Amino acid sequence: MREVAIIGVKNTLFGEQWDRSFRDLVVEAGVGAVEDAGVAGEKIDSMFVGNMSGGQFVEQEHIGALIADYSGLAKNLHVPSTRVEAACASGGLALRQAICAVASGMDDIVIAAGVEKMTDVPASKASSALAAAADREWEGIMGATFPGLYAMIARLHMHRYGTTSEQLAEVAVKNHFNGQFNPIAQYRNTITVDAVLNSIMVADPLRIFDCSPITDGASAVILAPADIAHEYTDTPIYVKGTGQASDTIALHDRRDITTLEASVVAGRRAYEMAGLGPKDIDLVEVHDCFTIAEICAIEDLGFAKKGEGGKVTQQGETAIGARIPVNTSGGLKACGHPVGATGIKQAVEIVQQLRGEAGKRQVDGAEIGMTHNVGGSGATAVVHIFSRNR
Amino acid sequence: MSVPRFWRKQIARYNLVGTYCKTCEEYFYPPRNVCPSCRREGEIGEFKFNGNGELVTYTVIHAAAEGFEGQTPYVLGIVQLEEGPRLTSQIVGDPKEMHIGLKVRPVFRRLGQSGERGMIYYGTKYVPA
Repeated sequence: MREVAIIGVKNTLFGEQWDRSFRDLVVEAGVGAVEDAGVAGEKIDSMFVGNMSGGQFVEQEHIGALIADYSGLAKNLHVPSTRVEAACASGGLALRQAICAVASGMDDIVIAAGVEKMTDVPASKASSALAAAADREWEGIMGATFPGLYAMIARLHMHRYGTTSEQLAEVAVKNHFNGQFNPIAQYRNTITVDAVLNSIMVADPLRIFDCSPITDGASAVILAPADIAHEYTDTPIYVKGTGQASDTIALHDRRDITTLEASVVAGRRAYEMAGLGPKDIDLVEVHDCFTIAEICAIEDLGFAKKGEGGKVTQQGETAIGARIPVNTSGGLKACGHPVGATGIKQAVEIVQQLRGEAGKRQVDGAEIGMTHNVGGSGATAVVHIFSRNR
Repeated sequence: MSVPRFWRKQIARYNLVGTYCKTCEEYFYPPRNVCPSCRREGEIGEFKFNGNGELVTYTVIHAAAEGFEGQTPYVLGIVQLEEGPRLTSQIVGDPKEMHIGLKVRPVFRRLGQSGERGMIYYGTKYVPA
């Protein structure tokens, strides 16, 4: 298996972008990443695109070909392009497939992109499209929503471990604080614990400020074999580990409703491949689609003991400059959550941090970073570990 | 949900009929054709649950799913049946009376409707026992 490096990255602006289309967004990200890597179109061997629900959000399927076409990679070059779908983990999974393509020796230069255009439909339609990531026949039919499923995780976590609404709110406060330093973030305003606790209830105990928003956005990275990465960039970022795991589609079938076992296993697989552990990680981008999700994630990935994710957050251990900075980009909460793009955006953030290009949100001396991307209420999890050093 | 998609599982929904694996002695609701633990070693047969259970966790939904707008606030919960399996259901009753560990029993209720003039879906909801 060959070692793999990231040689180019690009995020579009994240947010509500009524003046821009699905294809505008992904082409901007793809072309931007190609320019960042300084790679010619003829060199591109293949492309993987994470997209959750183009069919429901913009009534467009056949996303792979559409993007190859509008990126100028179809007409003369006929670059193979594959859409990858795993709900909100689509981006992370597209990245993993791209890594596999390079690692196997099948392809050299590969694009991994992710895109979602969620604001072309009313919020109710968007929620309904997202609900398709849960079990439609046995959860959706009972009136389950995504905030509702995570609220049931939160309720049990609070009951069992004494996690409080204030601790949940601290996740949102921290991620908004970090988001103000991220020029692509959907929200660049800071918020307070009181603001979260006084925001409207969505699914008790989760309030609107506990939830990530509906977002338009796209992200892309360019991968190359580590052996030739220096031909393109002075600062290649190396992929040290990748792990993916599946779990039951329905929340009610989980062994432990407060643990996303797919995260635990995907994390373990990535750690084993990298030969590293939680103590070696300098910063992590986790899947905080809801505040409780970040608390579960830092527990599941080994950054906090089971049940102590809330406490650790409240004590400030996950802030920039503290023990383990979590979601320096602003996370899904403040940076925004264009579902298919999120997993790639997390990788872009880590690459920018490891290159030392993260500006005011820079983690000093960051050498090793991790991404954690979840689909549904935990039926898919994808974890990657990246390093500045080979 | 489309009519045929609903009808296929109508018996399971109306009567709480799931399955049982003789190999690992595990019960499943909703029904499964393959035992997730024993896979092809498993021996799956039909099983009707008595329906009684306990509330594992719950939420009060204020922002409704499509088609449930008129019902807010409604309680959604995960119920553990006496035989072991868990299911997601609405819990009919005062949100203030809900708590983890609450004993619940099944009731036959209207779940929803496909469009304004479409078929009405029935199935199982729960009430405090």
